[in-house]
Amino acid sequence: MSIEIRNVRKTFGDFVALDDVSVSVPTGRLTALLGPSGGGKSTLLRVVAGLEVPDSGAIEIEGRDATNLPARRRNVGFVFQHYAAFKHLSVARNVAFGLEIRRTPKAEIAERVDELLRLVHLESFAHRLPSQLSGGQRQRMALARALAIRPSVLLLDEPFGALDAKVRKELRDWLRRLHDEIPVTTVFVTHDQEEALEVADEIVVVNEGRIEQVGTPDDLYDRPANDFVMGFLGPVTRLGGVLVRPHDVHVEVLASVPASDDASSRPGGPVTGVVTRTTRVGFEVRAEVSAGDEVVSVVVTRAEARTLGLAAGVAVRLAPAQGAPTAPAAEPVAAAAPA
Amino acid sequence: MSPTLAERPGRTARERGPAPAAPARRRRRTPNGPYRLTATSGLGLGVALLWFSALALVPLLAVLVETSAGGWPAFVAAVTQPQTAAALTLTVTQALAVTAVNVVMGTLVAWVLVRDRFPGKRLLEVLIDIPFALPTIVAGLVLLALYGPSGPLGIDVANTRAAVFLAFCFVTLPFVVRSVQPVLAELDRDVEEAAASLGATRFTTFRRVVLPALAPAITAGAALSFARAISEYGALVLLSGNLPMRTEVGSVRILSYLENGQPEQAAAVASVLLLVSLLVIATIQLLQRKVARRG
Repeated sequence: MSIEIRNVRKTFGDFVALDDVSVSVPTGRLTALLGPSGGGKSTLLRVVAGLEVPDSGAIEIEGRDATNLPARRRNVGFVFQHYAAFKHLSVARNVAFGLEIRRTPKAEIAERVDELLRLVHLESFAHRLPSQLSGGQRQRMALARALAIRPSVLLLDEPFGALDAKVRKELRDWLRRLHDEIPVTTVFVTHDQEEALEVADEIVVVNEGRIEQVGTPDDLYDRPANDFVMGFLGPVTRLGGVLVRPHDVHVEVLASVPASDDASSRPGGPVTGVVTRTTRVGFEVRAEVSAGDEVVSVVVTRAEARTLGLAAGVAVRLAPAQGAPTAPAAEPVAAAAPA
Repeated sequence: MSPTLAERPGRTARERGPAPAAPARRRRRTPNGPYRLTATSGLGLGVALLWFSALALVPLLAVLVETSAGGWPAFVAAVTQPQTAAALTLTVTQALAVTAVNVVMGTLVAWVLVRDRFPGKRLLEVLIDIPFALPTIVAGLVLLALYGPSGPLGIDVANTRAAVFLAFCFVTLPFVVRSVQPVLAELDRDVEEAAASLGATRFTTFRRVVLPALAPAITAGAALSFARAISEYGALVLLSGNLPMRTEVGSVRILSYLENGQPEQAAAVASVLLLVSLLVIATIQLLQRKVARRG
């Protein structure tokens, strides 16, 4: 294991940022720390980098105890959300910074800087100042700068957070490809579940200073450990007292509106209700079904909706689809799913 | 005024529509070209220039005109007169020394005020400005009481060059502090953390990352502090004793020339102080730019 975090606790005044966190980050993989803002994921990353000193607990990097090592001796590449560019230095000098500190011979620095600038597609910007680059370019420069010192682990703190949606998407695809090219152990922090699911080999879900679940994207999506993980990784709806994904609901149209139904007695069991509203969004149809005291969201394809004749006022029986992941719902319905 | 109004770039471009005519494009590329002003900005510039002229430009010119009245030989004679030359040399060397001290101490004080937390910080914040706010003759009185012959500290610098240095230090203290402080406060801590994660020690981070960012502010503070020092009168006049050839400074020399009915000579000394001040400010700016480019 490349990074070993053991029983780390960190508080800021009364606020507990990390509460006895233990997690292992596998070597050579791309790991996402995923969670809501203020959940402690950035603090965890900064503790690993040595930018934050934990109150207790231990950090091991590549088998070496790093708990008391200052940041500069951890050989960790760190990329900040707001680039942290050295504004007075050219792009090439920014990238060379760590090597100059290490008194690397000039020729070697020049060679390594060239290689890295090619890697991040900034070779023609070597003599520009950071202020003359776009946000995406600046972040690529920051990444090259962090990689220049051949770090044993690469840590990225919300690396795409300050970029607009399109650049963010481009950059995360690029990061994935880059990681396949240079498989340095990488940990990145994100609050965007889509980003984590798309890019990461492994996801660590962090919430309120604790680890909720660790697993591959498929694990987390299909076998969420609890309602928080399920709710955070994708849209959920409440059906018969359990959480289920809206597209995992099996819909059956009934001939008439049942007078009063006791079907919702069994948790997760079928419930009956009336469609109150349907919305077409592209190829899918979202329906809201009022069933007893629950409002269930259902997502079906347009074809299905047409076959079923789904429209407002139609009576339906709903049940979680066969084999669909469910989680017991906490009261009330888990935090609005980020969509 | 009317031609500039008619030539307003936005309007012409819009009136002409999307015609990709070459002149239109050229005009668009320099939307606020050097001689294109709107009515309001023209008025603003006019008022600013008038104000500046009345307060600074005209008096400065008057000094130079007064100086040139006697011609070049009279100027040279006035400035090379031993007592005057000694006063000018003392003023400039002490001002340079004080500026150097301020660059270091001012940056240090600013650092402490921005980065450290300690009891009494707010009070110190206020105290820093006192030399600036205090009437300089009051400062002179305070310095005399503290460091004069009957001072409680047992340190007597009266009638020595140390008195000049001390007085300059006192009145110029806030300049570097106040110019560096806001820049330092705005400085991204990320950048320092990035340097640390790349292997830099705190000292290296300061030298290679923080200092270049502060350089313009330090320069500005240094220039102000130098300009203030060479023009100081009130704070030092009591403590220094104004001994000819030893502790007399330029401003005192100007006054004594005037009192002796020699306005041309007074203007000559004033011109030298003015030119030295401009020269030093320009040099500091140039140096800073060079450093910025090299860094």
